[in-house]
Amino acid sequence: MDSTPSRQGREVLRHAGRARLSRGFLTLFVAALLVLFLLFVTLPVVSLFLRISPEAFFRSLAEPVVIDALSLSLTTATASTAIVVLLGTPLALVNARHDYPGRALVDTLTDLPIVLPPAVAGIALLMAFGRRGVVGQYLNEFGISIAFTTAAVILAQVFVASPFYIRQARASFEAVDRHYEDAARTLGASPATVALRVTIPLAWGGLVSGAILSFARALGEFGATIMFAGNYQGRTRTMPLAIYTTMQGDMDAAISLAIILVVISFVVIAAVKVITRRNY
Amino acid sequence: MLEFRAVRKLRDFVLDLALSVLPGETLVLIGENGAGKSTVLNLISGILTPDEGEITLGDRVLFSSEERINLHPENRNIGHLFQSYALFPHMTVAENVAFGLRCRKLPEPEIKRAVAEQLETINLSELADVNVGRLSGGQRQRVALARALVLDPDLLLLDEPLAAVDMRSQAAMRRELRERIRKTGIPCIVVTHSLRDAVELGDRLGLMEDGHLVAGGRPEEVLRMRENRFIASFVG
Repeated sequence: MDSTPSRQGREVLRHAGRARLSRGFLTLFVAALLVLFLLFVTLPVVSLFLRISPEAFFRSLAEPVVIDALSLSLTTATASTAIVVLLGTPLALVNARHDYPGRALVDTLTDLPIVLPPAVAGIALLMAFGRRGVVGQYLNEFGISIAFTTAAVILAQVFVASPFYIRQARASFEAVDRHYEDAARTLGASPATVALRVTIPLAWGGLVSGAILSFARALGEFGATIMFAGNYQGRTRTMPLAIYTTMQGDMDAAISLAIILVVISFVVIAAVKVITRRNY
Repeated sequence: MLEFRAVRKLRDFVLDLALSVLPGETLVLIGENGAGKSTVLNLISGILTPDEGEITLGDRVLFSSEERINLHPENRNIGHLFQSYALFPHMTVAENVAFGLRCRKLPEPEIKRAVAEQLETINLSELADVNVGRLSGGQRQRVALARALVLDPDLLLLDEPLAAVDMRSQAAMRRELRERIRKTGIPCIVVTHSLRDAVELGDRLGLMEDGHLVAGGRPEEVLRMRENRFIASFVG
């Protein structure tokens, strides 16, 4: 056998060398893009922390506009998440387990708010529940007005945040093996008992992470809220609205609110990661 | 006594068969994958509904298309063991066994006593508070059986009861299973792919093909039908 590389062999080697070189360039290029992108995402967030001293941050936390916004945001987002979970869980369970005419339509409608621009959601809610709205005009006759109240904030949040929970809940229910439900039925469990003692506990991780995502979306809601609920301190001025309002005068307050929202977002991502990791 | 007659349209064929099982008798169903064996069990326990037919158990009518009777699975009092055992993964051994008793809203001391007694019978008392995820195949099978038998069912349906048990313990588990079935004195249907199961568990054997019962009788009679392709390969 000839041990010296033939002409063809040398060609192959040279080709391999070139391939290695170009792969090296490619790796470098992808790494550079990655670093650039990470900087683009993290730099603005880090800048928030760099632009305010800890003293100023804690001083702002005592400002009434900050306290009001924080407590209003937490209460409304909690209320809207509770509403979404109460109404969305049965809906998601039914759609995951039963086929009925119009199910695809129901699925599309529940997803709609995800793609709808918040400004559209705001004006749509106003047209429905405003003083002269399709439903609002009748409510008005009973002395009930929703627009520009805290209730409007919650409605706007339910509207934009519900798909985040319902989608996740449906997927989690679908992931539960039907044999568990069948076995429970043969052991004497009614459909309601099966849902409460088998299906929901087995889908629990997904349900909680869906609720957390929905809470986070509600917390960040801006467009629909400002159009449908207005911007009144202590009543409808949630944290995003307060950031928008205070940045025109008190930049420290705006940055402090922003930092709180950043921290909450981090906690949300971490919580979802931890909860969804636990699988049966 | 179980009497079963049902027609149900499935994807590839129409399941159409009648069978009966006496108290204390075990009928073993064999046949190719997809012949409809598990479907028969699901129709009996109420997970699936026949298009027409009648199912009676003792003096109870479980299903009748004529009389428009269709008892829900939870009201049929049938022990149904699934191939995977379907033990609830979010519960301990004791909680699994207690599940059906809790559904029946029995007083808690009574549930505790019945569960302890069952676990004693299957020698798993020391694993009562262990999550079922940590059990071996054989232990899972025992827990699934205990979970069904603690409810004193009127009929036992076993889908591949030993498939998830490791080879070494299968013979012992099979003997144990046969003893437990005999002791209950109720009708029992076993679906299996194993010749040993068929011979050792079955009083009678039924051969299913495309949703029909094509042969039935004592195990040795049915297994002698070598002209049937399935029997020939089943006996080997």
